[in-house]
Amino acid sequence: MSPRALLAEVLLRILHPVLLLASLWILLRGHNEPGGGFVGGLLAVAASAAMALTLTTAEARQRLPLPPPRLTALGVLIALLSGLPGVFAGQPFLTHLWVTVPLAVTELPLSTVMLFDLGVYLAVWGAVGGYCLSLLATVEEQQ
Amino acid sequence: MLVLTPLLVPLATALLCLLVPPGWQQRVSLAGALLLLLCALALASQVVGNGPLTVVAGGWPLPFGIEFAADRLSAALVLIAALMLNVVLLWQVGGSADAAPAAATLQPLLHGLVAGAGAAFVTADLFNLYVWFELTLICALGLLALGGGLRQLDATLKYFVLNVVGTLLLLAAVALLYAATGQLNFRALGAATAQLPASIALPLLTLLSLAFLIKAAAFPFFAWLPASYHSLPAPVLALFSALLAKIGIYALIRCLSDVFHPAPDLLFNVLGWIAVLSMISGALGAAYHWDLRRILAFHSISQIGYILLAIALASPAGDAAAILFMLHHSLVKAALILTAALIFHACGHYDLRRIGGLYAGRPWLSLVFLLLALSLVGIPPSSGFWSKFLVVRQSLVQGEYLWAAAALGVGAVTLYSMLKIWLEAFWKPHPDESWQAPARHRLLPAHAALGGLVVLILSFGLLPESLIAYVMAAADSLRGRS
Repeated sequence: MSPRALLAEVLLRILHPVLLLASLWILLRGHNEPGGGFVGGLLAVAASAAMALTLTTAEARQRLPLPPPRLTALGVLIALLSGLPGVFAGQPFLTHLWVTVPLAVTELPLSTVMLFDLGVYLAVWGAVGGYCLSLLATVEEQQ
Repeated sequence: MLVLTPLLVPLATALLCLLVPPGWQQRVSLAGALLLLLCALALASQVVGNGPLTVVAGGWPLPFGIEFAADRLSAALVLIAALMLNVVLLWQVGGSADAAPAAATLQPLLHGLVAGAGAAFVTADLFNLYVWFELTLICALGLLALGGGLRQLDATLKYFVLNVVGTLLLLAAVALLYAATGQLNFRALGAATAQLPASIALPLLTLLSLAFLIKAAAFPFFAWLPASYHSLPAPVLALFSALLAKIGIYALIRCLSDVFHPAPDLLFNVLGWIAVLSMISGALGAAYHWDLRRILAFHSISQIGYILLAIALASPAGDAAAILFMLHHSLVKAALILTAALIFHACGHYDLRRIGGLYAGRPWLSLVFLLLALSLVGIPPSSGFWSKFLVVRQSLVQGEYLWAAAALGVGAVTLYSMLKIWLEAFWKPHPDESWQAPARHRLLPAHAALGGLVVLILSFGLLPESLIAYVMAAADSLRGRS
């Protein structure tokens, strides 16, 4: 990329983790309000794509937690596994369970739905992100 | 939970194959395939012992939840799919004859294909069925494109364009049916469609059948099959021919004979003639071609014609014949494709004009081919004989003499093209007189896979009673739902 994108580069190095944190927030918020795994995953993809556009696709790829195909596979596997606790509780597959963990001052609601949503988040990040980066890499090659 | 194993086991195996280090991939893949086979056997014995199994994902109340149900028809097809996956993976061990390139995505895609097929066989929800059609389509595209050569991409594009039309038609049909009835669950959909006036039900069911016929490679929608199959490596081709068109045929049986029973007579009449034309055009295509894989691909179209003919008879005995034929065709066609791969391995060509003299150098291979070819033609006592016998007998019983005559006539053309392979590849001397059959290679996994398949086919032909009883019961239970 041209050296003139320096400003964007510096800015993005700061923004990248902020965007990822925001995507995680959207993932968790989706439990009761608009948001969720799919939207959160897309925001994470946007963070990776912005990284690839201002710096290089190689750099963006490095900042993914896993290579894209494995990230996708892990996401779908987590989503599948989230259906199993219901089976062990004698319910049909994908029946979701909720527990509330009491903490000192507050309580933490947990559910297998959140696990499912996390799986969706990772799968979207891996699949759409991997696709974006591969596409941008071909553009990079031509330049 | 057992009902969901045809979906969950291969899907989880596909995902694990992507996650484990490359050295472990094959072990995970084989273990997953074996587990699937055990689950399929357990499912079949449960269904035979206790009747159909059902589960609604997430425990949602019907008709809103997505229901999965396995009856005898589903269980038999799941078992065949699991069996073929094992055969194909065994063949692939150690990179044997015409093996698929060892890409990292090969094993996940094979398992993904089987997951889509297995789930399509057990789902009891029309939209969900569409989803599994999509999964098989995507995995099939990945497998077709493996290697990434010009020939592969050409085949992939043709397959994609023609199949995506079928998939979109299916989606349109599902949407229209949902608009007309407000239901997607098979049972609720069947009950609601029965209340529709014929002027609405007939076009909707026609559209749905059309989508399935494209997937089943029936006349005149079969162009995708010979355009893409010949570019595939043998084990992948064997799995494709055992599964892909069968999903379309399964969906057709399920919809016409079960969900929307009684479907309009007009549909069955048209289907019968489509079947006759498929039989004839497939057999003529096979008689014309010289490439072993193209001959076998066109044969599939002709055999699919027989299955459609049996469905078009619209009777329990016809459906039983169709189910038996599907099982027979999956096994025999896959075994013939693997035999063709061994011919290719010995001679270096799939083109019949450039090979020959194999009878002297490979007597066992010749015997295996002969047995399989005779079974495909329908010489008694082979699996093909019983399948064709049921189809022709039922056509005669129902007074469809023209259809029966077509089925018998096409048998003769099939015999011709099988004889062509026999004479060209095995009997005639090799066109190059200095040619020597190469020394035998160690292909133990491939031989074991093919041998097991042949033993299964022979026992199918020699001891058909229990299998025929099974498919009769399967066909009877189809109409019992409503």
